Amino acid sequence: MTDSGLDMFLKGSSGRNTRGLLRLIILCLIAAAAISSRLFSNDVLANFLMLLRIREHYTRIILTDEDIVDPWFNFRATKYLVQNGFYSFWDWFDDRTWHPLGRVTGGTLYPGLMVTSGVIYHTLRALTIPVDIRNICVLLAPVFSGLTACAAYLFTNELSKSQSAGLLAAIFMGIAPGYISRSVAGSYDNEAIAIFLLIFTFYLWIKALKLGSVFWGALCALFYGYMVSAWGGYVFITNMIPLHIFVLICMGRFSPRVYVSYCTWYVLGTLASMQIPFVGFLPIRSSEHMSALGIFGLLQLIGFVEFIRVNVPSKQFAILLKGVVILVFLLALGCLVLLTVSGVIAPWTGRFYSLWDTGYAKIHIPIIASVSEHQPTAWPAFFFDLNILIWLFPAGVYLCFQKLADEHVFVVVYSILASYFSGVMVRLMLTLTPIVCISAALVMSNILTVYLNMDSPSLPPDSAGNQDSNISMSRVKAGKKDGIRALRLPFIGIYTNFSKVLVTAAMTIYLMLFVIHCTWVTSNAYSSPSVVLASRLPDGSQHIIDDYREAYQWLRQNTPENAKIMSWWDYGYQIGGMADRPTLVDNNTWNNTHIATVGKAMSSREEVSYPIMRQHEVDYVLVVFGGLLGYSGDDINKFLWMVRIAEGIWPDEVKERDFFTSRGEYRVDEAATPTMKDSLMYKMSYYKYESLFAGGQVQDRVRGVKMPSVGPTLNTLEEAFTSENWIIRIYKVKDLDNVGRDHASAVSFEKGIKRKNFKKTEPRALRVE
Amino acid sequence: MAPRKSNRESMVASTSKASSTKASFTKATATATNDRHQSFQQIASGIWDNYQKITPQRTKLLDTFLGFLVVVGVLQFIYCIIAGNYPFNAFLSGFSATVGQFVLTINLRFQTNEKNNADFMHISPERAFADYVFGSLILHFFCVNFIN
Repeated sequence: MTDSGLDMFLKGSSGRNTRGLLRLIILCLIAAAAISSRLFSNDVLANFLMLLRIREHYTRIILTDEDIVDPWFNFRATKYLVQNGFYSFWDWFDDRTWHPLGRVTGGTLYPGLMVTSGVIYHTLRALTIPVDIRNICVLLAPVFSGLTACAAYLFTNELSKSQSAGLLAAIFMGIAPGYISRSVAGSYDNEAIAIFLLIFTFYLWIKALKLGSVFWGALCALFYGYMVSAWGGYVFITNMIPLHIFVLICMGRFSPRVYVSYCTWYVLGTLASMQIPFVGFLPIRSSEHMSALGIFGLLQLIGFVEFIRVNVPSKQFAILLKGVVILVFLLALGCLVLLTVSGVIAPWTGRFYSLWDTGYAKIHIPIIASVSEHQPTAWPAFFFDLNILIWLFPAGVYLCFQKLADEHVFVVVYSILASYFSGVMVRLMLTLTPIVCISAALVMSNILTVYLNMDSPSLPPDSAGNQDSNISMSRVKAGKKDGIRALRLPFIGIYTNFSKVLVTAAMTIYLMLFVIHCTWVTSNAYSSPSVVLASRLPDGSQHIIDDYREAYQWLRQNTPENAKIMSWWDYGYQIGGMADRPTLVDNNTWNNTHIATVGKAMSSREEVSYPIMRQHEVDYVLVVFGGLLGYSGDDINKFLWMVRIAEGIWPDEVKERDFFTSRGEYRVDEAATPTMKDSLMYKMSYYKYESLFAGGQVQDRVRGVKMPSVGPTLNTLEEAFTSENWIIRIYKVKDLDNVGRDHASAVSFEKGIKRKNFKKTEPRALRVE
Repeated sequence: MAPRKSNRESMVASTSKASSTKASFTKATATATNDRHQSFQQIASGIWDNYQKITPQRTKLLDTFLGFLVVVGVLQFIYCIIAGNYPFNAFLSGFSATVGQFVLTINLRFQTNEKNNADFMHISPERAFADYVFGSLILHFFCVNFIN
């Protein structure tokens, strides 16, 4: 009798309502899971979980005293937006970065992220919920990841009839570490909202293509415009959608729906993207956008030819028209090549070009190759980031091949393209993750639909395929007559409960393992703040190393407001954000020569570096040194990149070869080359380092070598601040000597060292007058 | 996809059978294509006649508007070639307004064409027109914003 009670809820119209409600609840839970799994680096949830004592290992999460945003520049720009209003943000000239040059910030950033959080800030204010802008910035990424899960649900529903695939895709997308890695609480980065916009734009695109509707096409264009304003990765969409259309045309699937959806998207989307100052005329002028324009032209041509072809039903003429299409296409391609070669259309930028020619960046643009995220991906990274999804992914693509409607072609094209890109660059794993989640969900729901179907056929013939039911009926009859079992037709399908339970249980276990894996990866690998370092003491307790904030705070409080800080570009945004001092270079690497200047100053002798620093009005120099603590991401390990970047501009003055010993080793100890020992970076890093160790046993824990017991001397700089664990060392640039001596002699004079061969350069002359 | 295509072809075939004039025209072109010299003019005039006969009044109105847009676009382009493209954003927004409006009107033409009913099952002509207005409004907002 309970069955009938359940039936009332599960069947008929009320059953539909129940299922709808269930879906809603599940989606809300998924969004909640997506948000909460990103709060590991946030003390709020950690405290909460400790309170609940859910699991032991949650307490080992790296706790930060404050939730700190990593991308400091975005945060700084958002603060500026909130304080000064939209219009002054739009034309904001920032004179506190790139010191002598400054930066036209309004025209060189993607404003989508800042404007989004600014809108949220003002909305909450209007609702009388005053929240600090910093908290909005910290929690923006988790909230948008909840929206991403919903977008994945919508997208997948367009691909398959069963809604369960959508729900599975949503939960995969919500907790997959490949996406969490870029969207934990506190990573206030462009990707935080961009992935949501990417999936949602693609969803709208699929919808527009299926319906052939101008409305959905226009919505797709609007969200594409939003995506353009948020992330430089919008180029992926501008090439993905035309490629999809091109494949459809080549498959002979041109239809008015294709024309309507693509042309609406292209015209409105291109205009929308040109409204962003940073993009400007790029959609007309650069090679990355030419495929979209080309497909737009091709569609006009094909549309026209179809129009003629329908009116002229002659076979030869139709063939002639087809020839014309191909001819014009080739001509246009030729024109494009000609324009690119002649320079009217800008060629591929280095960043994109290095995706095709993978060796290009390392040779020509060391600044691109120097970023660790721009390296090729190793196999374990795929398993680490996607666990079970990575082996369900190809099966999902195979399923799409089987159905192969227009939208499945999209999935196939997307997965091929994104797989390639994610193999080339670690960072682009992010664009692969959505499609992996979606196609894995398709497979998983397919398996579960087959194996969770509890209906068993009462009679074997009922289950036989419809097409050959007549034959099978006759054969079954014959078989019964003969009574020989081998003659009976085997009916196809899975009907034993044992196999159903077995497979379902296996899949459930995989899904559970996936959840556990995701939680583990998120809490251990992707939740560490980069500003606060955590280490484990021998007794298992946690020790927080907070040298970065200590040093930045010192700069903030003990230096004049306009003291210029020179450091390597990695720390530019942090110095601007936390210490609030002008910097020479920062993470926005728009001016390679300026970075090379800093690299030259760091890698040259003091006599060379000092004039450079004087010319750029540098007051303080900041270096990161991990030798005492074993912190491997320090400036000595990055030093070779500085040398390479400087060598790219001044090949005569800085030579990478000089920093290697005769046996080709990069050493910092006694056997280091003279160039290395005389370089400013070496001197700044190891200045007075030997004073920490008694008995001359000076040890560098990162390089694992014994240092010479007599440290380097600094003439043109003086030590201003060294943090507790010697991670950050700040030096003040000395003024010119009062008496006009050079710094070396002034220092040696103060030490009381007499010049040995004291000789006059000029003979003494009698003073007249 | 395959069934839709065959469906569409059969539809075309049925329309051609329905109008006897078109059937004769088909024959004429079929013979004409064998002879290349005569063919082009005949085909062009044939298309024109055919167009006059089967196109409904409303679609003709749309086509007139399309022709006007093409003329405006071409004039702008010629002016740009002669006088140079100094305020490039102004040229772009003017030109893309015509291109965009052209494309949107073609969309409307596709969607209201009865031949395409199989493709646009869910879109009534009224809905198509509302979409057209929506698209055009967005287009003009962007163009006005871009022209400064």
